Amino acid sequence: MAILGRACLILAFALALYGIGAAIYGARARKPEWVASARNGVYALFALLSIAFLILELAFLRDDFHFQTVIGHSSITTPLGYKGAAAWSSQEGSLLLWAWLLSGFSSLVLFLNRRRMREITPYAIAVLCGFATFFTALLVFHNSPFKTVANAPADGLGLNPLLRHPAMMIHPPMLYSGYTLFTIPFAFAVGALIVRKVDAEWISQTRRFSLAAWFFLGIGILLGARWSYAELGWGGYWAWDPVENASLMPWLTGTAFLHSMMIQEKRGMLKVWNASLILATGTLAIVGTFLVRSGILDSIHAFVENGNYVAWAFTALIAVMTVSSVYLVVTRRDTLRSEHHLDGLLSRESMFLLNNVVLVSLCFVVFWGTFFPLISEAVTGDKSAVGPPWFSKYTVPLALILILLTGIGPVIPWRRASWSSARRMFTLPAVVAGVTLIVLLLLGIGRKPWALGMFVIAAFALAVAGQEFVRGTRARMAMSDQHAPGALVTMVRRNRRRYGGYIVHIGMAVLFVGVAASSAFQHTQDVTLSPGHAVTVGGYRFAYLNATSSVTTRDGGVERINFGARMRVTKDGRLVKVLAPSRGYYPSTAPVAFGPVGRFFEGESTSEVSMDAGITRDVWVTVSPDGQWIKRVSDALDRRLVNAPPLQQLRSVGGLVAFYQQRPPPATFRVLVSPLVMWIWIGGFIIFGGALTAMWPARDAARRRVRAGAAAEVARDLGRA
Amino acid sequence: MNVLALLLILLVLAVVAALVSAPLRAKAAGRQPPAELRDAQERRDLEIEKAQKYAEIRELEMDLRTGKLSEADYRVTDRQLRAEAVDILDRLDRLGAPASPVEADSDATAS
Repeated sequence: MAILGRACLILAFALALYGIGAAIYGARARKPEWVASARNGVYALFALLSIAFLILELAFLRDDFHFQTVIGHSSITTPLGYKGAAAWSSQEGSLLLWAWLLSGFSSLVLFLNRRRMREITPYAIAVLCGFATFFTALLVFHNSPFKTVANAPADGLGLNPLLRHPAMMIHPPMLYSGYTLFTIPFAFAVGALIVRKVDAEWISQTRRFSLAAWFFLGIGILLGARWSYAELGWGGYWAWDPVENASLMPWLTGTAFLHSMMIQEKRGMLKVWNASLILATGTLAIVGTFLVRSGILDSIHAFVENGNYVAWAFTALIAVMTVSSVYLVVTRRDTLRSEHHLDGLLSRESMFLLNNVVLVSLCFVVFWGTFFPLISEAVTGDKSAVGPPWFSKYTVPLALILILLTGIGPVIPWRRASWSSARRMFTLPAVVAGVTLIVLLLLGIGRKPWALGMFVIAAFALAVAGQEFVRGTRARMAMSDQHAPGALVTMVRRNRRRYGGYIVHIGMAVLFVGVAASSAFQHTQDVTLSPGHAVTVGGYRFAYLNATSSVTTRDGGVERINFGARMRVTKDGRLVKVLAPSRGYYPSTAPVAFGPVGRFFEGESTSEVSMDAGITRDVWVTVSPDGQWIKRVSDALDRRLVNAPPLQQLRSVGGLVAFYQQRPPPATFRVLVSPLVMWIWIGGFIIFGGALTAMWPARDAARRRVRAGAAAEVARDLGRA
Repeated sequence: MNVLALLLILLVLAVVAALVSAPLRAKAAGRQPPAELRDAQERRDLEIEKAQKYAEIRELEMDLRTGKLSEADYRVTDRQLRAEAVDILDRLDRLGAPASPVEADSDATAS
């Protein structure tokens, strides 16, 4: 089937090129049939890439070791679920996933808008096909997932053990969905600028795609954070790693765009800003993909195979996108002039503008910190990086302002607000914030001023959001005879975008409370213990009870060897939980280079975190068995067993595993007591619930879609409010 | 090369060619007189503008009811927005009845 996959990719590449030519020719020559042909070409592109992706998935699921990529990223012992996800753990598989998602979302937006934006669409098709050409060219000429070997080996090298985590199965598709979805508004913005039709139509028609991009990218980021916390074993969820930052940057500018586009929709203002923002977001989405693929910056998440070629290709694409974007905005600045001006400084528009400034500043800080190694290398010749403290120095104050604005913004009406009404609206939230401040100061939280500030501001923002729901429900009850729950549901259903946004604000405040608490009040300690010894961290006593060891087998082979510990956690003498962290050792895939026993410890190893997660705090432990002890014992066994039959070698491995449990050497533990981490994930769920609410199509809107346009007049339409 | 694979490739090629060339083969059906096309486009733009204006008026009313606006501020802005809405309706009227039903934009009103 590899040949069919290759053929599909070649055909997809040709089709993407055809799409560019046909769409532009159709627009220039005013021949809509050519534009329609290009649109059909995008549908066909999706079908071809779906076949290619299916073939690759089947190869992984069927352990078809004729495929080079299956040999490199899967094995017989890889669990079935991870075999499915292994397809995108490789460079070529992830590029195919990118191209497939791009073609899918492109088909969807073109189908939904097939009778709209007739002038803009041809150029948007050309841009989308341009992206497809780029990715299919990489897949055809450089990173084909359908390279095969004549003689298939009996087994593959296996999936990187670090990627064997449920979050990792869905994290990349979520990130790529976000990146590819951001190319949709990017393409339509380019189309709108080319034909100089820069009203709010392109924004309105691609709004759900922008929101979906933000939604999926956000889920991807949060799943990545969860994976980092539960799998990597360093104890944190965000390390300001270049690849993490790469996904955060378009998310930040995308958040800014989601706010500022409302100003253009409602007031015809900020056209230059919106166009620039979405062009920057689309470009940053490609920068994000580039950082993962190129290996240009050191990251635990990066793919570095064939790095140079891919790096150059992506650099060229980013350069083309940046130069074209700047050219389009500069040459269209006359048509991008605002239709209105700010009516007052105290208005929703001003608040959104401020929010945009903060979000773009955050993005700039992240961009500067991420690319600092390259900047410093270019200027001084030394590649030096900035660490988390540098990022925190700038991002913490900006995050505080951002949460404050989520509290202020919703209360200020469009156009202008009077100071008296603003005072009235802020009274209750200010009281809530004041009471929170006093209580926290009494609890001694004042020694961490940034965290204290975040708690107080979050309380203010939550009070504002709560007040908005209560007042809105009351207003709805006054307008109809509904009871409170019914009025609440009707209110949200009739204005999903507004109340979905408020729910997102609540989630953000909750999430930042979790971040502030876990960053400021975390207790962490690295300690080496022998069985029977204990350590106290953050008021919890961790007693090392005994060592554990086991061999995990799959399909008759050794998948990994586990050395671990049982640790009794108590607080004030009461049992909290018995934790069982371990370290998994995966056999080296190059057995010739190592001895028969040593090879089991020379491959990848992963930390299996054990934790007791709760609403108020997480207790978290990892263990690192003594590597020198393992090496000493396995070397001794290797010398003795070098010519022994395989069965005896395997028995010796079993003996070593049993020996570790009986006479364990001291082990090093990382112990963490971290407050309110759970609220980060809860905040994330609330945010995505809000985003779903905002994205959900309104029922009355669906009805309007099929009705003729001219019938209603102002009074009748407004009567439904 | 596997015969089955070759047949599958040819089949895929044929389906793709048929799909992509379909609009070109039926091009006569897709063409509209330019003036009519312009009117339809303008009408669509105005419908979107109208929907956005209505949404603004509704939101303003909600702002009044939830206490964000004083009655006086509300009246001034509401009058201004309604005047803008009437202007849009006038422009729609001047375009005359649509040749075919025009799809009112839905998303713009969802705010």
